[in-house]
Amino acid sequence: MPLIKIRDLHFYRGDKAIFEGVNIDIHRGKITAIMGPSGTGKTTLLRLIGGQLRPDKGTIEVDGQDVHQLSHAELYELRKRMGMLFQSGALLTDINVFENVAFPIREHTTLPESMIRDLVLMKLQAVGLRCARDLMPGELSGGMARRVALARAMTLDPMMIMYDEPFAGQDPISMGILVNLIHHMNNAMNLTSIIVSHDVTETAEIADFIYLLSGGKVIEKGSSVQLKKSSSPWVQQFMQGLPDGPVPFHYPGVSFSDDLLSPEEIS
Amino acid sequence: MIQNKSTEITVGMFVAAGIAALFVLAMKVSNFAEFNEEVGYKVIAEFENIGGLKVRSPVTMAGVRVGQVSNITLSPETYNAEVTLSFYADFDNIPTDTAANIYTAGLLGEQYIGLEAGAEDEFLQDGDVIYLTQPALVLEKMISQFLFSKAEGDE
Amino acid sequence: MIETIRSLGRWGLATFERIGRAHIFLFQVLAGIPGLAFRGSLVVQQLFYVGVLSFALILVSGLFVGMVLGLQGYNTLVDFGAEESLGVLVSLSLVRELGPVVSALLFAGRAGSALTAEIGLMKSTEQLSGMEMMAVDPIRRVIAPRFLAGFISMPLLAAVFSAVGIFGGYLVGHGLLGVDDGAFWSQMQAKTDWYGDVLNGVIKSIVFGFVVTWIALFEGYDAVPTSEGVGRATTRTVVHSAFAILGLDFVLTVLMFGG
Repeated sequence: MPLIKIRDLHFYRGDKAIFEGVNIDIHRGKITAIMGPSGTGKTTLLRLIGGQLRPDKGTIEVDGQDVHQLSHAELYELRKRMGMLFQSGALLTDINVFENVAFPIREHTTLPESMIRDLVLMKLQAVGLRCARDLMPGELSGGMARRVALARAMTLDPMMIMYDEPFAGQDPISMGILVNLIHHMNNAMNLTSIIVSHDVTETAEIADFIYLLSGGKVIEKGSSVQLKKSSSPWVQQFMQGLPDGPVPFHYPGVSFSDDLLSPEEIS
Repeated sequence: MIQNKSTEITVGMFVAAGIAALFVLAMKVSNFAEFNEEVGYKVIAEFENIGGLKVRSPVTMAGVRVGQVSNITLSPETYNAEVTLSFYADFDNIPTDTAANIYTAGLLGEQYIGLEAGAEDEFLQDGDVIYLTQPALVLEKMISQFLFSKAEGDE
Repeated sequence: MIETIRSLGRWGLATFERIGRAHIFLFQVLAGIPGLAFRGSLVVQQLFYVGVLSFALILVSGLFVGMVLGLQGYNTLVDFGAEESLGVLVSLSLVRELGPVVSALLFAGRAGSALTAEIGLMKSTEQLSGMEMMAVDPIRRVIAPRFLAGFISMPLLAAVFSAVGIFGGYLVGHGLLGVDDGAFWSQMQAKTDWYGDVLNGVIKSIVFGFVVTWIALFEGYDAVPTSEGVGRATTRTVVHSAFAILGLDFVLTVLMFGG
């Protein structure tokens, strides 16, 4: 039985449809990637899974519980077992790295200070930032901030972690570090990982299963090998990053020559 | 949480300063301190006209504040003003035949009740009535009286 | 024409929706306050940011407002030969009106705008979302302590403002203009009523503190999560707070002193 079961998901923002009938299964212990062009609502999907947004139709089950039927308290109980890594890291800017990682422990447990310290140092050691514990979030690079956020997401030993664009805007070295970390964490701690990304190469490298989203629907799903062999020209364009193809380079509208000849907008 | 201690100290000082300010407003600025004395006794005085007298106007004797006006109503029978005077408990030896007049402090000042002590050996008790009263001077009345007497004098 | 009416309708609907959201928000915040009994240090920390950091501004402004009142009041009163009433004039203006109102306006500018900016920034950097996903309710953890701190600080700041202002009026009246200090204090005491004047002023400042903190926190929480959105929200906090303070002051004055 999958950890997360999304069935017939519909979500609208104003009049615009973000999802129209999306079905996704996310299996335990695997890294599942959700990819698609910018603006397809990948981040929205994570917020729907985390219960921060409500779908207009359809259900999302996490570990057998329908997220949007839960009470406030039950939802918060469920979130303790979910980790989420935001694109910006979402570190609390008024406290240092150590306190950021200690934050969930302090909020949810009454462990003694010495034990908190051990736990935090352990998590920071895992992401290689143990000695950066006294820095403030403002002093960290983007990649370091994400690693701290990863350490923080893991402090309560969740069953799953959701990554929102973990590779966006990273230099090759921090990108490599993050790819490695996500891969190792998943295997070492028996996590379930969901990666939302449009960095095809990095994501395909570690993902066990990939869903391709576009226009509010699942276009294609399968392992990275399967996707690369896909016969769909759209999938080929996306996976190889071709500038033109089924997704046109030009924003849709009247043709260039018609536009030049039409006098109506001259005023 | 290193700066926690100094934060707590300054917050403590802030709260203390706020409460001290309230205390100053109570004791030094307002009449809060007098409320203990207000558990005195009440006496009623009937005036033909009270002019601009108000609730909380002072009641004085020889210029010393001995109480304040606590209530003003219109008597349904006599159509006079019934003024309740609250005396501070310290002043419990005011003779029963004391006279109450309404005066004005300064030309434009507020109106207050001035008492002139009588000669009786009995003292006013709670619920007693002061019979010797003199109404407030109303400026218009005075002027019209003055003009009237002047006109009569000319004839 | 139809389009104008339609846009007016849209604006009206949006406004009502926002007011509704503000009330739901307030309800959630109030529901989070009892839980703060176990998190006293959070409130103390916010009292520092909201109260202590506004203290110097309130102190200096109060002193100057009081001194100006003393000077202006003296010049007016001396024409009637009533300069002994200076104390009454200074104390009543401060305790009833200027103390609560001016300190609330200053509070909105100093602490209110800072609260909006802080919460708005936390929202735009996903810190609030991040907390939610860590199963920490940001309304209880972040908003409620700030609300309580604002609510507690405001009457204290207003009291300080009035007390310092009266002292300023005394300095000018007695020290500079030579008003008899016995008359200054005794007339003030005789005419300033504890319940009618001082406590009503305190009630005003409690109401203002409640409203200003509510506006500031809601504007931050409801801000469009961009730097432009946060900037606009901060401006709105100050403007809306000023309107709310002055409007409510009129209503409260009618209720308290108008009858």
